[in-house]
Formats: sequence, structure tokens, C-alpha cells
Amino acid sequence: MSAIRQALRSSQRAPVLSLLSITTIAFSLFAFGLFGLVAINIQATLTQIEERVEIRAFIADGTPIEAVSALVGDAGAFPEVQSADLVTAEAALVRAREELGEFSDIFDATILPASVDVRLREGFRDPTTVAAVAERLGTYAFVDDVRYGEEWVEKLFRLRSIAGIAGLILGGTFAAVAMIIIGATIRMTVLARAKEIEIMRLVGATDAFIRRPFLLEGLMKGILGGLVALILTWLAHRAIAQWVVATAFFDLPLMLLGITAGAALGVVGSALSVGRQLRDRA
Amino acid sequence: MIRFARVHKEYARSGAALTDVSFQVARGEFVFLTGPSGAGKSTILKLIYAAEKPTRGEVRVAGVATASASGTTIATLRRTLGVIFQDFRLLEDRTAEANVAFALEVTGTPRAAIGPKVARVLTQVGLASKGTSFPAELSGGEQQRVAIARALVNDPTVLIADEPTGNLDDRATRGIFQLLREINAAGTAVLMATHDLDLIKRTECRTLEIDRGQLVFDTASVGQGR
Repeated sequence: MSAIRQALRSSQRAPVLSLLSITTIAFSLFAFGLFGLVAINIQATLTQIEERVEIRAFIADGTPIEAVSALVGDAGAFPEVQSADLVTAEAALVRAREELGEFSDIFDATILPASVDVRLREGFRDPTTVAAVAERLGTYAFVDDVRYGEEWVEKLFRLRSIAGIAGLILGGTFAAVAMIIIGATIRMTVLARAKEIEIMRLVGATDAFIRRPFLLEGLMKGILGGLVALILTWLAHRAIAQWVVATAFFDLPLMLLGITAGAALGVVGSALSVGRQLRDRA
Repeated sequence: MIRFARVHKEYARSGAALTDVSFQVARGEFVFLTGPSGAGKSTILKLIYAAEKPTRGEVRVAGVATASASGTTIATLRRTLGVIFQDFRLLEDRTAEANVAFALEVTGTPRAAIGPKVARVLTQVGLASKGTSFPAELSGGEQQRVAIARALVNDPTVLIADEPTGNLDDRATRGIFQLLREINAAGTAVLMATHDLDLIKRTECRTLEIDRGQLVFDTASVGQGR
């Protein structure tokens, strides 16, 4: 209780410095939040595109329906497969007309073959798995041809890999920069109170007692900074959604993670700075 | 109360600060520590309040060997010591009362007990009417009195004073010294570092003289007075 009171009092005594550290934490996390927003939207878009990865096994004319049904059942049981559906020649024609709008007139006869359309589960949409599943489907004697847009799948996979690596590097850099800035700000607040720490030690306060209010102050500033960053990121998201392009926002667990990260940065930064101050003035 | 046994102190950068220093200070004694600047007076005081540890030899304060004491033991030991400095070391953004109360707050004194204790020591040092003044509103002598009040508020058995009159004029010096004598008369041992020889000559207190890190004179070993 006394530590909370002390932490609050210290913040009140140096309002400008407190405001500065909350603002620094908020803007560092805001920059990280913006990056996160871009990252989750790229991720969501890539996932949406990936969901369209489809293997189409064309069935030879005259294949008995029982054989095709067996193929649908077999393919549906593959561990990598999310769904396997029979598309009859008629259904293929309807689909082609829908997809090709103005050229729909040329599909006036049942020239399209029936097919079994296979979609893969998330995590199995890489070129190797797609090719392997296509190959297995091709082993059925009544399957004329298997198509899955090999080149397109490879490009998509490469794009996802690049996005993942770039995300990790950029995210790591943003996090490191945020930590350095926040650490320096907290160090400044600790240095501003070096005399107070020295007197505390002289009159017999234990190191744990000295640390506690600083850690609490760091925690409070971290949470506040995290909340402000979240609000700023949400405002940015609203502005982008309204003026530029519809975007997804963080879900609740991610929002809580952001605030927790702010709190953790505040506490760890304070612990390191006070620890250093206590060691320097043994 | 305080025992130095063949104490050596060396700093990594500046080398030997104390060489083979031995002495004892008994409960309730008033002892001057004198010597030229850089002789090692402050080092001796730092060794007593355990801001430094001896390189060799043993420093015992209130039965605690500081070299091997844990952080908690040192914190507990410091509650039995009061320390004052030439530059007062007051918190400028707090009133005299708050500066004194600070020493009680950070040692876990119950809130209800803080007010009466602060009032008592401020009266003891003659600042009963200045409790709400900030350090900048007080004279040097008054600031040192606030520092003394802060040092006394935890009822120490030893008061360590590092050049407490170094920044004060004659009149304030006499006032502070008189206050330290009164504190000593009430039973608190006082160890005061100073190079004010006039002050030392005017009294008959025990004097330890340090020169270039060595204890060169102790009036206790040649009888009282100089």
C-alpha cells in the first residue's frame, strides 16, 4: 500500500517527467502497433488468398459415379485435405459462366469435364504438399488431368515466406528500438531521483523497499502508455478504414498482449535502471 | 560501538585511501575526526555506514562486521546510525517536515507514528516553527538542522557528521556544534569529521587525526585535550 502511495506521489511530484515517459512508452508502442496492424492485415490477406489454393482433378468421361464418389471419400480422408467436392459437368458449366461473365456465351454445351475439387487445410498449402496431393490424385486411373496452378502456388508461398521474415526482422527492430527508448526514458526518471534513492539507503531502507515504488511506477506508466498506444493505433485503423482501405484490427488477446507488453517494458525498464542505480551507489 | 581493526582501504583508481587504521569509539562518546582534505576522513565515515567495505581488516559497527554483512543487515544497521553531510542532502521539493518524515516512511514506520515523531525532532533541533518551509526558504544552518532532525528521527545510537559545518558561517557553526553536543549529552555517540581546528581546540573532546590514510594521532592514547 505504501509502495503504491509512494509511486503515485513520485509521479505527482514530477508530472512533466511522468507525462514524458508515458508519452514515450505510448509512441514507441504506437509505432510498434502500426507495424503490427500492417503485419496482421498482410497476414490476413495472404491467408485469404491461400484459402483459394485448390487442386482440381478432372474426371474422364463415362466414369461410374461410384468410382468418383470413392475418390471424393478417399481424398477427403487425406490428413492435408480440408474438403473434397465433386463438381459435375453441369455444375462446372454454371461456374464457368459465372466466373467468365461476358464470355459466358461460348459455354453453350457440356464441353467441360466433371472434377473433384480439393482444398487443403491451413499449414498444408505449401508447394510441396500441394504437388504431393495432386500426384496422389493423379494415380487414379479415371483421373484425366490434375491442375493446381503450380507457379502461382510457388509465388504465393515465396511471398508468405518473405512477408514472414520481413515481419520478424522489422518487428524485432521496432521492439528493440521501443525498448531502448523506453529504457532510456525510465533511466532518466530514476536519475532524476538519484538523491532520493541515496537518502533512502542512508536512512536504512532495504533495496527491495527502494525498488518497489519504482517498479510500480514503471508498471503504471507501462499500462497507461500501452492503453494510449492502443487508442492511437485504433484511431489510425479507423482513419485508414474510412479513407483508404478496409483493415482488420487486433483481436482482444492481441490488445491485451499489447498492454501487457507495455506493462512488462515499464517494469523491466524500471528494474534494470533502479538496479543499476543501487549497484552504482553501493 | 565502532571498532576498526587494522583496516586498509584501496580504491581501484586512486589506490590506498587508508592504511592499517585501528581505533574504537565507545557508546555515548563525542569524537572529532580531523586531518587535511583527502586524508581519508570521509572514507572512514563511509566504512562506518557501510557505503564502502574494507579491503583488509575489520570494521565492526554495533556488533556487525560490515564486510560480510548482507544487504538487509546493512539496511538494519543504518537505522541505528544517523548521517549528516556538509551539503545537507535535503530533498528540495519537500518541506522540512516531509524531509524528516521521509526517513520514517522508507523504514516502514506506521503512518500514525510519523507526525508526532517529526514534530518532536523538529522541536529538538529548534525548528518547530519551520516545519512547512522548503529547504530553499531556510538558511544554511537551518537546513543542516533539518538534516540533523532527519538523522535523529530513527533514534540512532551513533550520529556520523561529515564536515557538517563546512558550509556555515561562525554563528551557524556554533549553533550546530552546540546542538550536536546536546544530542551527545542525551546519549548518542557523535563522530564528527572536520578540519575546523578552532572548533576542536575550544572543546575537550577526543580527536582522531588522519593524515595520508593513516591514523597519526588519537588524544585517547595521550590523555584528554590537546
